Amino acid sequence: MSTPEAIYADEAARVSTSAARARARYQLIATLLSAPAVILMFLLLIGPVIAVFLLSFTDWSLGDAEFNWVGMATYDEMVEDDIFWKAITNTLIYVGIVIPGSIILGLGAALLIESVTVGRSLWRAIYFLPVMSTLIAMAVVWEFMLNAKFGMVSQVLGFFGVEAKSWLQEPDTALPALCLIAIWQALGFNMVLFMAGLTSIPRELYNAAEVDGVRSAWDRFWLVTWPLLTPVTMFVAIITAIRSFQVFDTVHVLTKGGPDNASMVLVYQIYQEGFEFFRSSYASALTMVFLAFIFLLTLVKVFAIERKLHYQ
Amino acid sequence: MRRVHLSEIIKQLVLVIGAIIILAPFYQMITTSLKAPSEIADGTLWPIPREWHAVENYTEAFTATPLARYMFNGVIVTVSIFLLQILIALPCAYALSKLRWWGRDVVFALVLFCLLIPPHAVAIPVYVLFHSIGILDSYAALIVPFTISVFGIFLMRQFFMTVPDDLVDAARMDGISELGIVWRVMLPTALPALTAFGIFSVIAHWNDYFWPLIVLSSREYYTPPLGISVFRNEEFGFEFGPLMAAATVIIAPLVIAFLVAQRRFIEGITLTGMK
Repeated sequence: MSTPEAIYADEAARVSTSAARARARYQLIATLLSAPAVILMFLLLIGPVIAVFLLSFTDWSLGDAEFNWVGMATYDEMVEDDIFWKAITNTLIYVGIVIPGSIILGLGAALLIESVTVGRSLWRAIYFLPVMSTLIAMAVVWEFMLNAKFGMVSQVLGFFGVEAKSWLQEPDTALPALCLIAIWQALGFNMVLFMAGLTSIPRELYNAAEVDGVRSAWDRFWLVTWPLLTPVTMFVAIITAIRSFQVFDTVHVLTKGGPDNASMVLVYQIYQEGFEFFRSSYASALTMVFLAFIFLLTLVKVFAIERKLHYQ
Repeated sequence: MRRVHLSEIIKQLVLVIGAIIILAPFYQMITTSLKAPSEIADGTLWPIPREWHAVENYTEAFTATPLARYMFNGVIVTVSIFLLQILIALPCAYALSKLRWWGRDVVFALVLFCLLIPPHAVAIPVYVLFHSIGILDSYAALIVPFTISVFGIFLMRQFFMTVPDDLVDAARMDGISELGIVWRVMLPTALPALTAFGIFSVIAHWNDYFWPLIVLSSREYYTPPLGISVFRNEEFGFEFGPLMAAATVIIAPLVIAFLVAQRRFIEGITLTGMK
């Protein structure tokens, strides 16, 4: 006869082996379920990033049978490359124009649409329409709009006495024209993010401000809306920065980085070096710079999200 | 009846002016696609053509280049990418949210790291990889790089976390396998999130230009964005009528879908905000 203690010990052992078996089973199942994703992550994302990093220290070009380790030589070449500095400067100018442009207009549209009584969903749909439209197709349309002879922009500006020119072919105006297209497209996207932010501001705050004698919409905006919207604005600014840092489509279709590198941007230079000149190692070094910027911006974004959570 | 405020009228006016600027390219695109070359050359902004040329322009758009083929390729590629993304991301998201196992935190950390990597950054090695296994210039080249959506995994994991464990346990009691739980229990509860992700994925890949540009050399695999850029370079040059007709055709599917299901589309697109 077994004592109660023995029965308990027996039972406990049985339970723990079955628990161990269940654990082993779930370990296997979970590994199998996540295996395809993990393998593809290594093959298509993590592996390639490591490869780009290593390639940037070689002299390899696409098609070469062999390569040499050259240390920092590629980076030294990059620092000496005027086109690289032009690309960095242009990309920063582009980002620096698109961020305030699309934020001010996006916020303005959001505030206006939220404050009117009729037609809200119609206005929202209209302002959001460019976000939906294939950028390449719209870039071709913009090229026509900016055409010096029959484009709408030149004609309207001509009406105001501004002389028409081939905006995309002039060194002074090529980059601003690309910024204009980007703002036109990003505005609606930022607008809906701001609308979400605006609805989360408690109504009581506006009522309280009114009681305290804040009468004008202008004062209400600066006293209530703007401070409470700051985290959202930060967030929108960084998203816009990350997206515009990757500008490529419009550059490739409309200016090819020209004239005379006036609209050369970082991703376009990566494309040119990597897939037109096939200088893979140089393109990899450029990619590392690009990645450094993106990682930096993402770190700021994580910080901004934490602040945003903190506020709520 | 409420008195109409002056401020409302001013705001509406400002919105009208903004809308005119926003819609101007669409206006120019559509009106130009209806006009004859001579009339386009006049540069008139009047919407109604003196002489209707719509049939000629749209016919030209479809016959001078295989526009229908490009559209078909676009559908094949976007649908395949989305289905494969679900097939791969959902089981992983389930394992990350509902199972306890060794390595879970490591895999999740990898997902977060991969979220940082923009597609442009991995283009060279992936191109070399595809070149060495001989799948450049094919549907596979367009689809395979995007089968892994770390954003999809992240998003679905967040969503699955909110699904009660009781639901999973009940399914286990009923003898449903773990994979069965993913497809028959988790997927139906996640339908709203999945729809939003689907919209995001389809838009991103219908509009993608960078990757198809790099891996394709044969016209037969061209997607719509690549198709129209070639259109402009070669076939038409200064024939704006057919070019604008082609642009209209290419943006039409998404724009029409958007106008039908506005709210869902805005949700789906703003998801990228989290990315």
